[in-house]
Amino acid sequence: MDIYRVYTKKRSEFGRPLYFTDRPTEIIADIRPNIRLSRNYNVSKSVQCGVQNVQKFAEHWVNTIPFETEHQGINHVKGGWPKDIDPINVDQTARFLKRIEKDENYISTILSLGKLVEHTIKQNNTINIYEDYFTSLGSNVVEEVPYVRTLNTFRDPQNPQRTANHISWCGNGGEKLAVAYCNLEFQSNTKDLSNDSYIWDIEYSSEPDYILKSISSLVCVEFNTKDKNQLIAGCYNGQVCIFDTRKGSTAVEQSLIENSHRDPVYKTIWLHTKLETEFFSASTDGKIFWWDTRRLSEPVETLILDIDKKGRTENSYGAMSLDYEPTMPMKFMVGTEQGSIVACNRKGQTNADKIGHVYAGHSGPVYALQRHPHCLKNFLSIGDWTIRIWSEEVRDDCIMLTRPSMYALTDGQWSPSRSSIFFTTKMNGTLDIWDILFKQNEPTVSVKVTNEPLHCLRVQEPHGRLIACGSQNGTVTLLELSNNLCVQRKNEKSLVNGMFDRETRRTKILEARSRMRRDVQEKSTNIEVIAGKITDEYVLKERELVEKAEEDFWRIINEEKNK
Amino acid sequence: MTQAEVDDTLKRIQEHKGVHGFLIINNDGIPIRTSLDTALSQQYAALIKSLSDKARSTIRDIDPTNELVFFRMRTKKHEVLVAPEKEYTMIVLQATDVL
Repeated sequence: MDIYRVYTKKRSEFGRPLYFTDRPTEIIADIRPNIRLSRNYNVSKSVQCGVQNVQKFAEHWVNTIPFETEHQGINHVKGGWPKDIDPINVDQTARFLKRIEKDENYISTILSLGKLVEHTIKQNNTINIYEDYFTSLGSNVVEEVPYVRTLNTFRDPQNPQRTANHISWCGNGGEKLAVAYCNLEFQSNTKDLSNDSYIWDIEYSSEPDYILKSISSLVCVEFNTKDKNQLIAGCYNGQVCIFDTRKGSTAVEQSLIENSHRDPVYKTIWLHTKLETEFFSASTDGKIFWWDTRRLSEPVETLILDIDKKGRTENSYGAMSLDYEPTMPMKFMVGTEQGSIVACNRKGQTNADKIGHVYAGHSGPVYALQRHPHCLKNFLSIGDWTIRIWSEEVRDDCIMLTRPSMYALTDGQWSPSRSSIFFTTKMNGTLDIWDILFKQNEPTVSVKVTNEPLHCLRVQEPHGRLIACGSQNGTVTLLELSNNLCVQRKNEKSLVNGMFDRETRRTKILEARSRMRRDVQEKSTNIEVIAGKITDEYVLKERELVEKAEEDFWRIINEEKNK
Repeated sequence: MTQAEVDDTLKRIQEHKGVHGFLIINNDGIPIRTSLDTALSQQYAALIKSLSDKARSTIRDIDPTNELVFFRMRTKKHEVLVAPEKEYTMIVLQATDVL
């Protein structure tokens, strides 16, 4: 049905002023209801209609430009003196003060104020009104959803940006972070790549607190736990150096390059001796060196990581990660580039004595290795795409392992405050928090920290509440955990211990069974081997016969020819 | 109501348990009588005067009939007691771990 109304106007009348007049109404169209259309609809008996006159809100968050703060001190100079009195002139000021003290108003005011103040002082002295009440009650554990909150990000101020490869917290519950920046990609170091590493103050993210300058970029850095000003660092060119924040930005001491490693030093750890002057370093050139900070010209001791215990450098495994537990000062573990984990003992005289048991490990380099801070027999290793938990008692296999994840894992650490929690970082920029008492097949909380791969992670000791993660473009993100991820529950330690015990027992039984099966198989293969020899001999005999037959043939032919 | 009484009061205050020192300043922030060293009294005079002015104006803003009589700041190391008046202010530092 076409409904239209035509308005006509002469061209010559365009632009003329308009005069409106009234006119009677005119029906242009009349659309009658069509009952047939109503068959397409059903009458609904009840309709839900929300009746609430409330303002509609929308949640929206905005990222503002970072606020740059700077610390500055103020110098207070004497002021407030009336104009005719010079503050430096002691006589004049003394006279002024004496005048005030004679004033009646002053006297009465001071007496009244004195009474007031005395009352408070006496109050303070009688009862300690600010004491901690109810400490014995213990905190109520509220079951809330665990969350992770980003507190701050520290960006690498240099351009081109380098990977944040290693992070170290300052001391116990410290407020400073030392981050080692280096570019670990093969032969991709450009000339303008800076070799500086920084110490950041966690409250101040616009500028690093301290710059550590070195000739070669630092691969790893560690604060001295007893002396907050001293740091050891391992360099890309194999040297180790010592920095002191009181003595300037360049290294205080550096090891001689002839006696250092031949590959980047991937890990350096302080040894907890009485004087805190010893540390050891590991590198992919297959050697582990022990150093004394007073004399960095050559290492105190050397260990060549040759699994066959023959001390051959060509056969040695490259070391990627180290684990050292202060309560067991002579033992330590090395995670290698080839994937094995070697438990070593420092006490041994020769290389062979030092190397203990070799665990099979991962199918790729072991990037992180750490003993459990509370259950000392178990340790965690991170490599290829899985996380494995091992027990020292079980030698062939790990006791727990995760499903291979989509992205390669780069670093991991146990939580220092809760026994069942550990953290891992992945190549897709996520930080995973695993709680093995809660869920074993997937992480409890998974947070996407950045879009670039995360390379390292460090938890602040002893509270375990703050985590710093470093990414490939040099950004270090500081995250805070919710209470239920860092406060230890009552029987957690015993539950985790129990779990490890169970898994260890299970693995031992499996090991025993597989060993039995292997023995049986060996016996059968022995028989096979003998049979193989027989068949070999048989094949050999045949070949000989064929050759002999050929020889005879040609001999006969030649003889015939010569006849 | 003499000079001697004032001195008496101040001496009494200073001899209470835990009191580190006291300071009397006038409205302009000039320290009149102090038992602390000059630099510290200067700092306290300047900073506490402005803080106490702010506190007084806060109380008056909330309730115009009310007025600030006394305030204390408990810090980790000691407690700062401030008694402001129209013309003069008395500041006392007391240790917190006396008990």
